[in-house]
Amino acid sequence: MPVAETNPNLYSGSFIIEGGNFNSAGIVSTSIKSTLKKLGIPGDIVRKAAIVSYEAEINVVSYAKKGVVTLTVEPGIVRIEVADEGPGIPNIDLAMQEGYSTADQRIREMGFGAGMGLCNIKNYSDAFHIESEVGKGTRLKMTITTP
Amino acid sequence: MKLSDVKEILDAEVIVGEDNLDLEVKTAFGADLMSDVLAFAKAGSLLLTGLTNTQVIRTANVLDIAAIILVRGKKPSTETIALAKELKIPILTTKYILFETAGRLYTKGIVGCLQKVDNASGRN
Repeated sequence: MPVAETNPNLYSGSFIIEGGNFNSAGIVSTSIKSTLKKLGIPGDIVRKAAIVSYEAEINVVSYAKKGVVTLTVEPGIVRIEVADEGPGIPNIDLAMQEGYSTADQRIREMGFGAGMGLCNIKNYSDAFHIESEVGKGTRLKMTITTP
Repeated sequence: MKLSDVKEILDAEVIVGEDNLDLEVKTAFGADLMSDVLAFAKAGSLLLTGLTNTQVIRTANVLDIAAIILVRGKKPSTETIALAKELKIPILTTKYILFETAGRLYTKGIVGCLQKVDNASGRN
């Protein structure tokens, strides 16, 4: 691995998610996956990053007006940050409980909305942070590290 | 076995990926809930599902799923077919129900991509 102090970022870029557009859900995570593959990131890391960003993308499409995903790749580390302009989460502990869901029929028809998204994101991340403000939006920070 | 064997066993119709039937598969996962697929399915597995929208293709792409087997005679939408072609993910459709589809593949040697989940909450 290269020394971080000389060239810390192998890649840094952002992707816009359009809220409410169910047809486009998954486009951003597909782009993230191909970006990481092109950078030569190991397959299991790419897979984790794709799962994490896909579940986050489904959440943004389902609940928010807009979301921005920032992907940063440093030697041995993939960071994914998802900030949305949405309703926010009043009770994060409750939202993190597996099975708790506020999803509507449209989300369930896509095969989601069973209260597993945030749990999947947390489980596939090596570090996970969530902050939310009601009426403003939610910000997720995920880190995936090379073993 | 090869995807062509899967096609024979399930009396399936190939909707996308006629050129990819030489693909070798050993494991499978079946669910209609994509979050469960994301939680448990492994790369290179078959995905057996009754869901036909574009999110099935996105999910398969995210996980490097080998091929999608639609059960209960489901037919994908034109958007789903177009996306599967773009992302090069084969889709087969069988009239067998999910249970029969899984059973027929299992008796011929395809196994689950995992047998049991690790704990009561269903995480692996």
